[in-house]
Amino acid sequence: MSKIQIIKDKCTGCGLCLKACPVDAITIVSKKAVIDLDKCTLCKACLESCKFDAIEVKEQTKKGKDLSDYKGVWVFAENSNGIVVPVVFELLNKARQLADELDTEVSAILLGHKVESEAGKLIQRGADKVYLVDSKDLGHYISENYTAKIVDLIKKYKPEILLAGATTTGRSLAARIAVKCYTGLTADCTGLEIDKDKKILIQTRPAFGGNIMAQIISPNFRPQMATVRHKVMPEAKPDTARKGEIIKEPFDSNDIDSRIKFLDFVKEAVSTINLAEADIIVSGGRGLGSPENFKIIEELAETLDAAVGSSRACVDAGWIPYSHQVGQTGRTVCPKIYIACGISGQIQHLVGMQSSDLIIAINKDPEAPIFKVADYGIVGDLFKVIPLFAKKLKETLNR
Amino acid sequence: MNIVVCIKQVPDTTEVKVNPETNTLIREGVDAIVNPFDTYAIEEAVRLRDKFGGKVTVMTMGPPQAEAALRQALSVGADSAILISDRAFAGSDTWSTSLILSKALEKIKEAEGVDLVICGKQASDGDTAQVGPGIATHLDLPQATYVRRIDTVHLDSSPKIIVVERLVEEGYEMIEVQLPALITVVKEINEPRMPSLRGKMKARSAEIVVWKNSDLAIKENEIGLEGSPTQVVKIFSPPKKEGGKVFQGEPEDAVDELVEEIKDIL
Repeated sequence: MSKIQIIKDKCTGCGLCLKACPVDAITIVSKKAVIDLDKCTLCKACLESCKFDAIEVKEQTKKGKDLSDYKGVWVFAENSNGIVVPVVFELLNKARQLADELDTEVSAILLGHKVESEAGKLIQRGADKVYLVDSKDLGHYISENYTAKIVDLIKKYKPEILLAGATTTGRSLAARIAVKCYTGLTADCTGLEIDKDKKILIQTRPAFGGNIMAQIISPNFRPQMATVRHKVMPEAKPDTARKGEIIKEPFDSNDIDSRIKFLDFVKEAVSTINLAEADIIVSGGRGLGSPENFKIIEELAETLDAAVGSSRACVDAGWIPYSHQVGQTGRTVCPKIYIACGISGQIQHLVGMQSSDLIIAINKDPEAPIFKVADYGIVGDLFKVIPLFAKKLKETLNR
Repeated sequence: MNIVVCIKQVPDTTEVKVNPETNTLIREGVDAIVNPFDTYAIEEAVRLRDKFGGKVTVMTMGPPQAEAALRQALSVGADSAILISDRAFAGSDTWSTSLILSKALEKIKEAEGVDLVICGKQASDGDTAQVGPGIATHLDLPQATYVRRIDTVHLDSSPKIIVVERLVEEGYEMIEVQLPALITVVKEINEPRMPSLRGKMKARSAEIVVWKNSDLAIKENEIGLEGSPTQVVKIFSPPKKEGGKVFQGEPEDAVDELVEEIKDIL
């Protein structure tokens, strides 16, 4: 059989699959669906749409690997200048839930230089074990060196699940590890759960700029790997009474990849809070009119301990660095509160922020598309509204 | 400097909508475009070639109609194009896709050498950012992801090196990478040019090389659905957001009403 086929006896020619196909590979010929295999990408969108079970996809044959050896949930404890980044605590919380369902342990993988003091934090937040690799050669993140060591650890200890934050570091690292280990990796997950019967990880993630969601599994490969979006899962609360084990693993300086060298880090942020980690983001758009007017955005952000974001228009105009851009060609953010000021809400911007918990829009045009995704909106002149908003918030928060 | 750019043809994400009744993607009127991030990769390759000489090869894996994406790259200055297309590749996830692209790169390397591979930071349909690092790993190349600037290129040193700026969460870092290497680029790196009339005409008549799996000889159990570790279980549309409360009164009143609504969650 070919990899996908229509069971002619079951197909009624209803055409639902034709509508579901994102690549236009299905036609109806004599009241039966026909799949053009040159176009089909085997995405299985049609399978889901068919009410008559008339589409069949050949199942993957089980690989030879004995998967029962793989136990435990691992979290990559990313750190920046020796301090574990907040997304790790979110991962630990989720890892704890997954491990409890699987009746197994949570381990954190901590690589860096002089990071031993961070190991205790990881235990307080839910890790049973911390694999600590402390070396002057690991002080700055280099994908090649980190990959080599983590792949060693995976081979030695065989975890069934490995989670990393969907940060620039996590994404670059996880992709390398997954290829080295020949295992499945799902990017930028917003949901993780255990299939109770099969004891496998079900990973949910947005695709097509958040317009659709996909559920993904890697049933025949280990470890099952996922990078996880910031701020989607709550942080694990510290419990100072928790006990855990720290296992030191060596790093051999000969394993350094000499082809790549870290030279320097340059901090570049208008506000001190970074977009990905912010609970609240205040974003400015074209409605600000000039770069100087970003001041009012920054003031509002300061009142709320928020990060400063921007639409593409302001970045293209040179009003604010690219690192602040939210949207399709910038960053995807998911804060608790997103405040869009003078941003009309082009779809390219919306795909970067529409999964925020609460969206507030301030715009003078009542027809602006941003109001369609906003939970609260104010129609008005932002130069009047924002300073008033900041003032009122200050009064309210100081009470 | 021989540069290979890996691109992807994607549906114009901004036009993708979900039919709320059938819960399926509406594709009518959705154009296929070159992944927006890849346009920066193509532009950077063409600029490097213009400065240092050499050749820009652009390649994509996809169905036969992905040829259109390659022609677009040719119209803005790429020298040659390769379409990697085979039914056996359908259903490949990022693991298998990066394997297939790495085998194609090996074939190019044998024929004419490769100094630098450039990819967009991610594709706008899948948004994984995994294929670039995946290719680098399959080929054991050093990588620099999220590159926002190539500072210096030393082609007469031994080994050849480049210094790049990588965008990270709180700023950027500078790293030195030996060639051959793979980089993925962000939008900030350049402003892609529009095709010239001459470029368009050249692209229209250019020959596009097509490689099938028989050209790459990859084991069937490493590609397509069979070789891909990840499997899609289902696709669904996210819960729809209802329009919220909009305050239209005087600024003072509107602000008071808004703060009243949100004060408990701050």
